[in-house]
Amino acid sequence: MSAQLNAVVATPEPVRPWHAHARELWQRFARNRAALVGLVVLVLIVAVALVGPVLFQQGPFELAGPPFSPPFGQFALGTDMLGRNELAGIVYGARTSLMIGLVATLFATLLGVLLGGVAGYYGGGVDELVMRLTEMFQTIPSFLFAILVVAILSPSIGSVILAIAVVAWPPMARLVRGEFRALRNREFVEACISMGMSDARVIVRHILPNCVSSIIVTGSLLVATAILTESALSFLGLSDPNVMSWGFMVGAARDFLQRAWWLCAIPGVAILVTVFAINLVGDGLNDALNPRLRRL
Amino acid sequence: MSVARDRARYVGLRIAQAVPTILLIVTLNFLLVHLAPGNAADVLAGEAGSATPQYMAYLRHQFGLDQPLYVQYLDYLKNVVTFDLGYSFREGMPVRDLILQRLGPTLLLMGTTIVLSIGLGILLGIFAASRPGSLGDNAISVFALVSYATPLFWVGLMLIVVFAIDLRWLPTSGMVNIAAFYTGWQKVGDVARHLVMPAITLSLFYMALYVRLMRSSMLEQRGMDYVVTARSKGLTERAITYRHVLRNASLPVVTMAGVQIGNLLGGSVVVETVFGWPGIGLLAFKALFARDLNLLLGIFFVAACLVIVVNIIVDLIYTLLDPRIRLR
Amino acid sequence: MPAAPILDIRGLTVDLPHWADRPQAVSNAGLTLARDEILCVVGESGSGKSVMARAVMGLLPDHVRASAGSILLEGEDLLRATPSRMREIRGSRVSMIFQEPMTALNPVKTIGAQIDEMLDLHMKLSRRDRTERIVAMLQSVRLSDSDRLLGAYPHQLSGGQRQRAMIAMALILEPAVVIADEPTTALDVTTQASILALFREIQRARHIGVLFITHDFGVVAEIADRVAVMQRGQLVESGTAEQMLNAPTHPYTQSLIAAVPSLAPRERRMKMDARVVLQVGGLEKTYHVGGAFGRPGRTVRAVKSVDLAICHGETLGLVGESGSGKSTLARCIVRLVDAERGSVIVGGDVDLMKLSRRELRAHRRRIQMVFQDPYGSLDPRCTVGRLIAEGPIVHGVPESEAVSRAHALLELVGLERRAADRFPHEFSGGQRQRIGIARALALEPSILVADEPVSALDVSVQAQVLRLLGDIRDQLDLTMLFITHDLRVAAQVCDTIAVMHDGEIVEYGQTSRIYGDPRHEYTQSLLAAVPGRHWHPR
Repeated sequence: MSAQLNAVVATPEPVRPWHAHARELWQRFARNRAALVGLVVLVLIVAVALVGPVLFQQGPFELAGPPFSPPFGQFALGTDMLGRNELAGIVYGARTSLMIGLVATLFATLLGVLLGGVAGYYGGGVDELVMRLTEMFQTIPSFLFAILVVAILSPSIGSVILAIAVVAWPPMARLVRGEFRALRNREFVEACISMGMSDARVIVRHILPNCVSSIIVTGSLLVATAILTESALSFLGLSDPNVMSWGFMVGAARDFLQRAWWLCAIPGVAILVTVFAINLVGDGLNDALNPRLRRL
Repeated sequence: MSVARDRARYVGLRIAQAVPTILLIVTLNFLLVHLAPGNAADVLAGEAGSATPQYMAYLRHQFGLDQPLYVQYLDYLKNVVTFDLGYSFREGMPVRDLILQRLGPTLLLMGTTIVLSIGLGILLGIFAASRPGSLGDNAISVFALVSYATPLFWVGLMLIVVFAIDLRWLPTSGMVNIAAFYTGWQKVGDVARHLVMPAITLSLFYMALYVRLMRSSMLEQRGMDYVVTARSKGLTERAITYRHVLRNASLPVVTMAGVQIGNLLGGSVVVETVFGWPGIGLLAFKALFARDLNLLLGIFFVAACLVIVVNIIVDLIYTLLDPRIRLR
Repeated sequence: MPAAPILDIRGLTVDLPHWADRPQAVSNAGLTLARDEILCVVGESGSGKSVMARAVMGLLPDHVRASAGSILLEGEDLLRATPSRMREIRGSRVSMIFQEPMTALNPVKTIGAQIDEMLDLHMKLSRRDRTERIVAMLQSVRLSDSDRLLGAYPHQLSGGQRQRAMIAMALILEPAVVIADEPTTALDVTTQASILALFREIQRARHIGVLFITHDFGVVAEIADRVAVMQRGQLVESGTAEQMLNAPTHPYTQSLIAAVPSLAPRERRMKMDARVVLQVGGLEKTYHVGGAFGRPGRTVRAVKSVDLAICHGETLGLVGESGSGKSTLARCIVRLVDAERGSVIVGGDVDLMKLSRRELRAHRRRIQMVFQDPYGSLDPRCTVGRLIAEGPIVHGVPESEAVSRAHALLELVGLERRAADRFPHEFSGGQRQRIGIARALALEPSILVADEPVSALDVSVQAQVLRLLGDIRDQLDLTMLFITHDLRVAAQVCDTIAVMHDGEIVEYGQTSRIYGDPRHEYTQSLLAAVPGRHWHPR
């Protein structure tokens, strides 16, 4: 019954070239006010991260003034227990968070799409094997594993990225596997195969374009998760000693909570705002790319 | 038909299925130690150079470092399977005993968090879905989104600033007031007071997750055909929600709770560190600080086993909620 | 027969939201249902028949509302009843039976609990009395073993049992009116026959009014006392079953009835010759469900040692119910699914089963497939032109030639050249099936495998697509394997018929022989179950 009702209510869509399609995507995205705000904030954070080294040429570890200067004085956000400029730390921390978030997500996505794609497309034993592996990786307490990886390989940008990527791929693999499997059984893919197309052509030209939107949405959420994981690792002291990071700033100021609580509060707000903005953009992308799955 | 026997067989089967996972963990541990740059004993002893020759010799023996690689692997496997996780010279105790000592507080924190986050998550999710687009729904959505984006350690520290330092309502850290020597109900109350902030901190993120999931699941289930059937029987909307939709809608939340157990343990490392809660998370932080990697490996292994056990329990609960799952 | 009507719908108008393709789902429709009759409301998809049924129950979806008219149940206007009065009426005075009992029943509650809910809600009875009534009701819908069924969950029942349970639930409070919305459409033909018989029996025994929504004139011929026909929200004609089926006056009713394929096999075509183009021998396919890594699994033998031979120009019909293995067999033949054993010899020389995946690609063009689902069978992100031209391009045809061939094919299937630049979602179901046919023809195959190509289409569109397929087959001298569950369609399309049951071909022969003199028990039961088999249109 509901199928028939839907048939009556279905909206006929007009023909459109690709740029009209892009414009419509943008309109659907922009209709979500929160997503628009998130995008603006995110663009600002990226801009700050890019111009940071120009603004603070001495770098974030340079001692700039007396320790524990409160915010809104000589230094906009004050100085920490060693007298380092808090604002410089925040600006350099943005670079670290965004870079690690993006690169780790990129690796996790590549791995997830590859494994999930092979499992979903070929099915059978390969699928069973990959899915069991994914399940196992999901069972493992991932943050503890990330701690182990960084601790054993010794903290550096590379080991942090590796640790985050290694624990972040399973959800992507599951998603891609599910999408590929559903599409593999759709009749239009069967038609492609029965026309004699190679697997590579079927996957690249017909399956991937139909699930790329889900991959983008999930990827954007993975970036947010990666930033949170990075901050937790560096809070525990597991960050590259040569690179400033928000989590490290909170962790280092922890012992002085009574005396200067803002030294913990400020970097935390930076993490919150960044992750929040990415999540909002992710929601907006979801609305724009998967209009049928839109939440009420 | 003996349901109890089926259930027992199901648990047995699930334990059998966990074997490859445990194998994977042991293998990962082994690989990590050997892939790290430098001699495995040096890696494990840490860079501090404070390791005694006695400890280095012990480590070489524990990992059989003078043997061929596959013998080392099999030896390590044998040790772990017999729950011989080695000795921690820094703490002066076998790793197994160290971990078992700390398991209780972690289980208490985990259990409280699970109950709190699922309970509140489901309740708020139902409420939000009952009037989508209303003020209450939007408030819950914003709250969930913010909680979802906040680092756990930051929530913990800010709670300490407000409720322990500023208002002095709650203790800053630990599980008991060491100076007080409470017994009986007084002790229970003392632990409860210490538990409040860690549990809230850890619950917030998961509650946000479950609220969002429950809300969308409720809305999805409301569109199902059986809801129309229920309406055609003459049920009120309220009765439809509680008698028909609720159980179906909570299934994805239970599934998600199972998936999140591992992450919850990870989160407890951070939370226990912030609040000095004497569980295995704090132990992990101490091990990290002292670069006692053998202890860290042991904690990881035990934590993974814990996740497997809790997952089996969650799956059993799921089979009670959804008759379509067969106890094969 | 018709005394005072129990249900009287007058001037009913139901508005659709502004984004729909028309302003009203139902416009100014009126009909009456007598106390003791089955009234069939017939129409194609989008005719508004389901919306009307829901309006009676007061169960219109959000954004859709009745704006004018009245629905009188024994004189009480349901459109003006308060919500709480409406809840009293639902279930006890009017109840409803849905198309898909699997989704219409709550998956996590037992059948007993779901039926009991009706009694609990509307009556004050002790638990014992309630159980007694439920058991009696289950028996009257011919569900024996009621003890087990009471504690069973919907997924543990067969499709027919589920629908019987649904009927029991709808009847337990002895309502005066039962609304059945396509209650047999999701069922296999033999199950459908038994459910239709049950409807007839119960209606006669209990003297209730049944408003039966259907798209199938065969079903109408089987059970209707009176018939009302709807078209795009309007009620175009109504009358007794006898008069509507055999002497309809409205042109729309006439066209609908003319589109119903006759069960009498058509004349045998003379185009065939003895050259075998597709020979299938000893084909076996087994599925392992679940299981792996030491877990016990279930084994399903979907295709059991099937032999087939199709001559040049012949159309072989593969008929059977769902789960008989006919779709799996088709997919094994084109090697979308790899069978374990057997041979598929095309054109007398190439055994597709022996080729590697790479070698196979070049040979795929000789055997092409037309699919069932007009919405799922075309890539939503490709233009129609590319969809059709891509096959030849993959096989080395220059792009310009492939595109002009695509244009020619679009015209061949009755679409305009301009269609090439559009996307699939801009076309109707029937048009999409035409595009699917053009795509299959683009590779100039000698064999066409059509898997239920018209079963998702409305009857009038179905007739057009069948005519097109027939014309193209004759024009291009194609050999065809035609898979269908519909014995009426098979009678009109196929030269020979293979009847499939549980993965086996149980009977195989000339169409006229199979229909005139079915020898296997299963074939006999299939033919006996075709709704309206005693009715011959015109």
